[in-house]
Amino acid sequence: MTAFALAGIRRTYGDRTVVDIADLEVREGEVLGIVGPSGAGKSTLLRLLNFLEPPTAGALTFFGGVVPEEPPIEMRRQVTTVFQRPVLLNRTVRENLVFGVGLRGRAPDRDVVAGWLEHLGLSDLADAPARRLSGGEGQRVALARALLVEPRVLLLDEPTSNLDPYNVGLIERTIGQVRGAHDTTVVLVTHNVHQARRLADRVALMIGGRLIEVGATEGFFTDPVREETAAFLRGDLVY
Amino acid sequence: MRTLVDALTSAVRLLAEGDAALLEIVGLTLRVTGGALLIAMLIGIPLGAAMGLSHRLPGAGLIVPLVYTGMGLPPVVVGLFVYMFLSREGPLGALGWLFTPTGMIVAQSILALPLVVGLTMSAVQGVDPNLPLQLRALGATRRQLAFTTLVEVRGGVTAAVVAAFGAIISEVGAVLLVGGNIESETRVLTTAIVLETRKGNFALALALGIILLTLAFVANFAFYRLEGRGRSR
Repeated sequence: MTAFALAGIRRTYGDRTVVDIADLEVREGEVLGIVGPSGAGKSTLLRLLNFLEPPTAGALTFFGGVVPEEPPIEMRRQVTTVFQRPVLLNRTVRENLVFGVGLRGRAPDRDVVAGWLEHLGLSDLADAPARRLSGGEGQRVALARALLVEPRVLLLDEPTSNLDPYNVGLIERTIGQVRGAHDTTVVLVTHNVHQARRLADRVALMIGGRLIEVGATEGFFTDPVREETAAFLRGDLVY
Repeated sequence: MRTLVDALTSAVRLLAEGDAALLEIVGLTLRVTGGALLIAMLIGIPLGAAMGLSHRLPGAGLIVPLVYTGMGLPPVVVGLFVYMFLSREGPLGALGWLFTPTGMIVAQSILALPLVVGLTMSAVQGVDPNLPLQLRALGATRRQLAFTTLVEVRGGVTAAVVAAFGAIISEVGAVLLVGGNIESETRVLTTAIVLETRKGNFALALALGIILLTLAFVANFAFYRLEGRGRSR
C-alpha cells in the first residue's frame, strides 16, 4: 500500500518555490532516504508530509485518503517528526517521553517506557531535567518520544547531524529495529549519503525543490541514472 | 521613628486582638482583589496566549500598543470611567453596582487585565519559536498547544499574575471613586489608610499599611512557591 502519494505538489513562499514535486510515492513499511544539498527543500517536504503546513498546489493522499487543507487530528496523529534540533519540554526525561502519548489521552505503558529508556541508554537520566541533556541524549529522548506514540509514519529530519559516532550508531540501530518490528514507514532526510545507504530501501535526490532521481538504494549509489545524482554522490557542488 | 514603632505595635495589637472592623476590611480587600484577579486571569491568560501564539494577529499594530498602554492605566482614570458607567445616569446604572464591592471588582479587573494579557503575551512570545511546530508534530490540538506553551512559560505567567495582583491590591484611586469608602460596605485597606491619614491617625494608617504589605508578601510568597513547584517538576 502507498503511505503517501504526491501529485503536482508545490509549496511556495511569496514568489519563491521551495518544493515542486511532480510525482512521488512513499510505500508503506519502507525507509525512504531523501538526500540533497542544503536549501533543497527537504525539510519543507517533511513539514508537508507531517501536515504541518499545506501545499500551495497539488494533491496529497495519505494511505489512500485525500489530505484536506485542515487534516483531522486522527490523521495528523498517525505521523510524527524527529527534528534536527528537537524541542524538549521543561520537564523530566520521562515526562518528555510520555508527552505525545498523553496528548492522545492514553496512559503510557510503564514497561514500554522503561524499555525505551533502557534501549536508548536513558534509564539513569529518567528523572533528570530534559533541558540539561547533551545533544546526543536530547536527540535520543526525541526519538523515544516519537516512537512511543507508535506512528504509522516516522519522519526524521537530519536526526544524527552533529552527533558523535556512538549516538549515531544507537539511533541508526533503533530506526532499523522499529522498522523491522512495527512495519513503520520512515522518511529520512539526511545530508549523510552513507547513512542513507545504510538505512534506506530507496533513496531520492532533491535539488532546488525538485526530485532529480528516486531509486532503489543500491542502484542509486552504484549506477545512478542522472548526471546530477552522480555529481552529488561524488561530492561535487550541485544546485 | 516613634511613629513607626507605634505603628508596628498597633498593627500587631490589631491583628492579635482580632479587631472585627479590621478583619472586615482585610476580608473585603481580599475579596475585591481576589475577584478582580480571578476575572483578569480567566480572560487575560487565554487571550495573552492566543495573541502570543498568533503570528498574524489582525490589527496587531494597534492592539499591542493598546495593551501596553493599558498596563500603565492610572487607577483614578479607570475609576472615573467606571464611576460614569455605573452612575445612575450611566449606561450601566441600572445594575446598581456603584458603591458596591462588585463595582470595585469591575474597576480592578480593568486595571489588572492589560497587565495579565501583556505579560502573558510577552512570555509566550519568548518561547522557543520551534515549540509550536514540535507540539503539532507530536499531535497536539490547538488547545493542547496553547496549554502546553503556557505550562512551558509558567514563570512568565506567574510574573503576570503577581504584577497584576501588586497593582490592584495597592491602588486606591479606582476603589475610592467606585466604592466610596463606605464603612462596613466598601472600605478596603488602601481607602482606610487614606481616611486614617486624613484624620491624623498616622499610627493606625501605618499599621494598616504594614498589614497591606504583609498580605502582599504572603500572596507573592504563595505565587512564588506555586511557580517553583511547577518549575521543579
